Amino acid sequence: MNPKRIAVYFVAFAKGFLRNPMGLFFSLIFPVILILIFGAVFSNAGSSKTPVTVENLDQNSPTSQAFLTALNQTGVLTVNLVGPQPGNFSDYLAKQSATAGLVIPDGFQADYLSKSPVSVLVFTNPTAGSASGIVIGAVTGVVNGFNLHAANGTPIVSEVTLNVGSQIYTYIDYLIPGLIGFSVLIAPMFSMVNISSTWRRDGLFRRLVLTPLTRAEWLTAALLWFVLLATISAFLLIGTGVLLFGAHVSITLAVAPFLVVGPVLFVSLGLLAGSVSTSPESAAVIGNVITFPMMFLSGTFFPVAEFPQYLQTVAHVLPLYYVIDGLNAGMLYGNASTALMDVVVTLAVAIALFVLGARAFKWRDE
Amino acid sequence: MAAIEIEKLVKDYGDVHAVRGIDLTVREGEVFAFLGPNGAGKTTTVEILEGLRRPTSGKVRVLGLDPWTEGRALLRRIGVIPQEFHFFPKLSPREAIDLHSGLFGVPSRARELLEQVELTDKADAHYDTLSGGQHQKVGLALALVNDPELCFLDEPTTGLDARARRSIWDVVQRLKSEGRTIFLTTHYLEEAHILANRIAIINEGQIVATGTPDEIIRQYGRPERLRVVADGGLAAQLRAKFGFPVEVVGDAIEIQVRSKKDSVRVIDFIESSGVDWQSFSTEQDTLEDVFIRLVGRYEDSNGPAGPSGGGRA
Repeated sequence: MNPKRIAVYFVAFAKGFLRNPMGLFFSLIFPVILILIFGAVFSNAGSSKTPVTVENLDQNSPTSQAFLTALNQTGVLTVNLVGPQPGNFSDYLAKQSATAGLVIPDGFQADYLSKSPVSVLVFTNPTAGSASGIVIGAVTGVVNGFNLHAANGTPIVSEVTLNVGSQIYTYIDYLIPGLIGFSVLIAPMFSMVNISSTWRRDGLFRRLVLTPLTRAEWLTAALLWFVLLATISAFLLIGTGVLLFGAHVSITLAVAPFLVVGPVLFVSLGLLAGSVSTSPESAAVIGNVITFPMMFLSGTFFPVAEFPQYLQTVAHVLPLYYVIDGLNAGMLYGNASTALMDVVVTLAVAIALFVLGARAFKWRDE
Repeated sequence: MAAIEIEKLVKDYGDVHAVRGIDLTVREGEVFAFLGPNGAGKTTTVEILEGLRRPTSGKVRVLGLDPWTEGRALLRRIGVIPQEFHFFPKLSPREAIDLHSGLFGVPSRARELLEQVELTDKADAHYDTLSGGQHQKVGLALALVNDPELCFLDEPTTGLDARARRSIWDVVQRLKSEGRTIFLTTHYLEEAHILANRIAIINEGQIVATGTPDEIIRQYGRPERLRVVADGGLAAQLRAKFGFPVEVVGDAIEIQVRSKKDSVRVIDFIESSGVDWQSFSTEQDTLEDVFIRLVGRYEDSNGPAGPSGGGRA
């Protein structure tokens, strides 16, 4: 290994990469675009409330007002009050594409004060999914409170809501480690699949084999480049997340091993995929078959914990999962032992793939 | 010492026998052309000499080294343009030379080399914007970065237009005058004839002729022929008188003679016989005629050549 040759080749490799608009776009610009889009779309997801369209037929009664105030105070619903509707309220809700509806009947206060049974009507929209459950839960809670109050009961069990970790995490905080994992995956995988197949076809390796550059030096230069690229991308993502979306991630030393071992892993995997395939076209197919499921199932855009169980099982065999899990542990939770475990797993897979990739990758033919 | 020595070289790709026992010696300082049709085994042989492929059997020495096992020592002393040379699309010729110089650990002579291959005006253009001829020139410049004693040029002008081809030839002539040994593969006869001191013709993995172009023509060509445009009836008389093989070809009679003296005697005879004749010429096989006889076909960039009528001598 000659450091001078590695440096000379590194510069040429970097120039070639940066002058290729596709490479530059996918490695540095695309992840930032993703954080801008996902950040903008989901940044309020944690605090968003489910809207409920309410028809209050017991207008001006303090009890119905108190009921609606209590609903608002649950913090999960927004009450949209509408006047009395002619005809079927359900049809009205459907016409408005409302998420949920509530009807407080005429004489609600009178019945409540005289302790006669009275019902509020809850309408849910089957297409609204989990929002229906939220509405039913919130209304049930308020109804129980009113019943208890009418019976002069005292609450025995009360609840206190706490957040996980020392601060409140929003979607953007999870998105940053995910997208760093995304860039650690995408640039090395796509580039190496492409390089190892098209350079072979075009005889570029044969050109290099006729210079003193060795295979190991070539690989080292490529690895260094993708580590640098992943690091730049990580800083871009963290910067964008913190400045534009007020993300709470911390830049700790725990991030560093993933920015080194991650690129090693995916450079090796790309090299392996490109070297075993017979043409650049088949290499691209193999590369995509490996990359795309990994991209979506490893917790890049959504936390793996929200997946159905069988998909979680799938996620646990994907190497990118451990990179992202480790980045989360390091950047969000400050959980050193989880991060360390993830480094160990990533490193083991990286070494195995590196050995296989380096063996499959030939400079010259037999 | 010979620059290249090949003994009983064999290379199989599975069931395909690409090279079937080649013996060859290339002397120091000569331009040696390896001539053959596409698929004859030229590139396989040259790639074995460069250390890019492992021979199936046989002995190969290039500058006294085994190319496969001692390739790293060898590559510092040779310069190579691989067939269908490609380079990194987004690097300029100057950057390509700087890169190669850096890898060889020699100071970059980008200016000098670009001048030498007549590429100075494209020094900073990205490789993917250059023409085919300019690509080959970049390849030539890169092959010269380490000041090699021996250059391998694998079909350096294939697919180039006549002008680009001539300018590559100029560079090769200059390399030759600098005393470098050059091993050239080509399927262009003209290229071999113009550039090479010696030629080997390879067909189906075997060498079918070796020597200078004149030696090859003398050895494998048909004898000199006298061609007279005259009445066909003369043929029988000539046959009876001289005993040479005589053929009627169109409106002419071709007499296979052994020497110029024979030609004079034949012409004397025709003149004195009083038969009406228009013109005469002597004909000799060209390298192309010999090539076609040995290989069975000749295709250049303009498509298959027609049947040989023989060139004028």
